[in-house]
Amino acid sequence: MLKIDNLHATVADKPILKGLSLSVGAGEVHAIMGPNGAGKSTLSYVLGGRPGYEVTDGSVTFMGQDLLALEPHERAAAGLFLGFQYPVEIPGVSFVQFLRESANAQRKSRGEPPLSGGDFLKLAREKAALLKMDMEMLKRPVNVGFSGGEKKRAEMVQMGILNPSLAVLDETDSGLDIDALRVVGEGINATMRAPDKAVLLITHYQRLLDYVQPDFVHVLAGGRIVRTGGAELAHELEEHGYEEVAG
Amino acid sequence: MTSAAALLPTRKDEDFRYADLAALERVWPVAIETIALAEGEHRALRMVNSGVRELAIVLAPGASLDLHVLNAGQDYGRLSLRAELGAGSQFTFGAAQLAGSGQVLEVVTHVAHLGLDAISQQTVRSVAGGGSTVNYLGKVHVAKGADGTDGSQSVRAMLLDRQSAANAKPELEIHADDVKCAHGCAVGELDKQALFYLAQRGLPPEAAKKLMLQAFVAEAFVGAADEEALQAQALAALEAML
Repeated sequence: MLKIDNLHATVADKPILKGLSLSVGAGEVHAIMGPNGAGKSTLSYVLGGRPGYEVTDGSVTFMGQDLLALEPHERAAAGLFLGFQYPVEIPGVSFVQFLRESANAQRKSRGEPPLSGGDFLKLAREKAALLKMDMEMLKRPVNVGFSGGEKKRAEMVQMGILNPSLAVLDETDSGLDIDALRVVGEGINATMRAPDKAVLLITHYQRLLDYVQPDFVHVLAGGRIVRTGGAELAHELEEHGYEEVAG
Repeated sequence: MTSAAALLPTRKDEDFRYADLAALERVWPVAIETIALAEGEHRALRMVNSGVRELAIVLAPGASLDLHVLNAGQDYGRLSLRAELGAGSQFTFGAAQLAGSGQVLEVVTHVAHLGLDAISQQTVRSVAGGGSTVNYLGKVHVAKGADGTDGSQSVRAMLLDRQSAANAKPELEIHADDVKCAHGCAVGELDKQALFYLAQRGLPPEAAKKLMLQAFVAEAFVGAADEEALQAQALAALEAML
């Protein structure tokens, strides 16, 4: 589904990713762990196509397409979803308004008919309930006045509505209390655990992986993957720290 | 004798400092339209301006006027107003300016609080793209003895490119002691992080831009009696502009 090969990327001319290679197959959940400054968030932004993140070498293939040749909105339409570490607040624009437009823009580019207002609200209500989020919150301006945990939950509601093939979730677990962590974990499983989908879970901690069992765990340090293992690697990291395991 | 007011203004006239004088000359002199409200009278007015208009507003004690203006249209659009507020009167002014391709759009206001306890609220939201210019020159004057005045000016402009310009000059002139006057002014660009966020959810750049500008402009019309009609007109103007 996703093949990253020898990826090099810079931010403000500073090299951050230095030859990162990674393959994610359909039906798989991959966790990427690593110390601060290793390049985890940069990887997610490069995949999403955020301006200012420049790829200097290497390639990324997503479902047979050259991902790096696509604009951010085309990547979304191709089935890529980015869960933001810090979801952006957008005053005056409501979730339902922009999500319906987004969903329909995606559908249009895939040659599917648009969702009617009623169908969209039904879908939104269903996905909000899955994440135990009050539908009224989705009528409010995007993330404005939301707590850290609410923002992360709203990210997962959006993921449910947009129904991507690949979700890259950047520290979706940060800022969540224990109950919210479980709800979010279950939400990820409900939306993304399918034979034709995959998840790239970027995290610092083992705790989210208790709910979303990874098939592979990678350690990202110094801009490349330095170690790959199964779920047990996460426990090993938790116990011994990055320095000993990845160093 | 020709009155001084009939002479074409120059750049030295503060109210015309950023005006398109060549365009102004074609329509000069401009007839002054009077809007006078009797004691206790309430009126809500909506204007779509595409030319040069000058209003003289007089609010008798206890009167209230809601005036909402969409300034768009032709190459030069100017709405200027002088408002005299009697005791306990209320003046709510909301204006959106949407300027594209080389246009000059401006709003010039003089709001004079002449009696006790009058309230004036001005909200102006301007968008400038395609090398255009948007201006707001606004003065709130509080006369001696006009205590209990509550005057506010909220002025924001959004520049869509580096060739466009915004001039904003909110001014306060206060001759009374017990007054509450606030003004806020900001000129900026669309939030790049927000644009990326919307794009990542699948919105093409033009649609994301439109959505954010729509929300920005909407602030000028919040609470208007015919808010929906105004928002629809603003959206149409926005679509024409982008």
